[in-house]
Amino acid sequence: MIDRDTGMGAMSLSRRRFLAQAGFAGLSLSATQAWAQAIVRLPLASDPRDRPITSEFPQKGALILQRTRPPLLETPLEVFDQGVFTPNDRFYVRWHWADIPTEIDVGTFRLAVRGHVNKVLSLSLNEIIRNLPQVELNAVNQCSGNSRGLFQPRVAGAQWANGAMGNAKWTGVRLKDVLDLAGVKAGAVQVRFNGLDEPVVPEAPDFMKSLDIDLARNGEVMIAYTMNGEQLPLLNGFPLRLIVPGWYSTYWVKMLNDIEVLDKPDDNYWMTTAYTIPDTPYANIKPGQTGVKMVPISRMVPRSFITNIADGASFPAGVKTLARGIAMGGDTGVAKVDFSADGGKSWQATRLGTDYGKYSFRQWETDFTLPERGAHSLMVRCTNSANVAQPSVPNWNGSGFMRNVIETTPVTAT
Amino acid sequence: MGKHVLIMGLLMGAILLPSQTWPEELPALKSVHVELPSGDSQFPGGAGADAINNNCLACHSADMVLNQPALPRATWEAEVHKMINAYKAPIDNADIAPIVDYLARTKGTN
Ligand code: HEC
Repeated sequence: MIDRDTGMGAMSLSRRRFLAQAGFAGLSLSATQAWAQAIVRLPLASDPRDRPITSEFPQKGALILQRTRPPLLETPLEVFDQGVFTPNDRFYVRWHWADIPTEIDVGTFRLAVRGHVNKVLSLSLNEIIRNLPQVELNAVNQCSGNSRGLFQPRVAGAQWANGAMGNAKWTGVRLKDVLDLAGVKAGAVQVRFNGLDEPVVPEAPDFMKSLDIDLARNGEVMIAYTMNGEQLPLLNGFPLRLIVPGWYSTYWVKMLNDIEVLDKPDDNYWMTTAYTIPDTPYANIKPGQTGVKMVPISRMVPRSFITNIADGASFPAGVKTLARGIAMGGDTGVAKVDFSADGGKSWQATRLGTDYGKYSFRQWETDFTLPERGAHSLMVRCTNSANVAQPSVPNWNGSGFMRNVIETTPVTAT
Repeated sequence: MGKHVLIMGLLMGAILLPSQTWPEELPALKSVHVELPSGDSQFPGGAGADAINNNCLACHSADMVLNQPALPRATWEAEVHKMINAYKAPIDNADIAPIVDYLARTKGTN
């Protein structure tokens, strides 16, 4: 199994551009652009499917441009084929409000801890790094709306294909240790996290997220100051980012500078209205269904992807071929990954790669042979260690959240 | 020592709780100053796009909207009201109809 390509970060811009174009040649490069800007055609459920590949964002290589301001940048599928860890410069980017500080001074930055605590704190980066035990964890960060562009009927929102996710080694401190420094008072119910980004219009709702106090103090939730061994790219939340392993990225607050312990549940817009899902299995409802109880989105679910074969690829019939990809268990580890070369009629077990921990991506690979010429459907299915498997029917909800259906890659045998 | 630390790191990566590492590895963070692309392109369509250009570019670039799929008119109407009610978009009542018309015309389902 291949490992992370650590040379990626040092690659020159022109080489990255070349790779981006080469990598997408199979997915249709449009020649309509005035000059050599690569366009990727995403496998979305309907038009528009074409997006520019951009290398114009600071500390970032070639990414799919979903929105310029505030940036929504998607990781191309090919990056996931290069290893279990997603290089920082190819890691997807997602912001809500456009007032994002472009300058961070590590000397003056402070993290506040306040609210229902014994002692209000204002911690420098130095104090956080030097005075608290350092911990590290490999974990997948995935947007709640990853793959929204595959929902049918279509729904509004960022039209991601499958690349609003990434896996990194996060190094930092336990949130619990930070809270203990301040001393949480009896009666605390939630902890609210805020970052340096702000709405463009003052009266609009600032982006803030909260976790229940027990989750916040479970010893797993952490505040990261490095990602894959380097300081975080600004667009991934430099200098500090909340890490909530197994939970969707909406909780992984970027540029974290304010922690507030609450003695009543947070009723802010981003907790009670945005990022809520139907309280049903798979967060699934019928299009148009109303009167459903909504709850905040939380834990992730198993998913898996083929990363070395693009939609529409062709192979000679009767010849053994390698399929390879990544899987995630969601809120627990990957137990097994099965592969089907006949549209789900029969399944074969795949070989799993190194286990980097239960919250990490895990690679899988297997050989398959397409028996006869014509159209075939390749499928991959992850079962996690709680014995939860990906479903064969797609879910639907009005926000395009929590897709985890078994994905299908159409191919042709020639 | 370096090698020792590396091996420890690899071994500990597999356990469930975040693993504690060695103080020698503490990172030295460096201040950052970057520039972000402005994202100031306009909606196409000349005068027919005036209302959307005047009201829908303050908080996000036009590609947020242009990359949406075709949606029913009622969905576009709801989106514009969501911008006003949830996100406090300062939009004159008189501009709502021309914006919804533009969206239904250029990105409607029929
Ligand atoms: C006051 C700020 C503001 C203004 C002005 C504004 N929007 Fe938005 N809009 C937002 C925010 C915040 C989001 C959510 C962004 C995110 O999730 O990244 C959003 C998201 C969207 C989306 C994606 C779907 C969704 O609901 O999240 C569409 C479409 C959209 N806006 C259309 C418009 C249109 C059309 C206008 C002009 C009528 C407009 N916006 C004006 C703040 C604004």
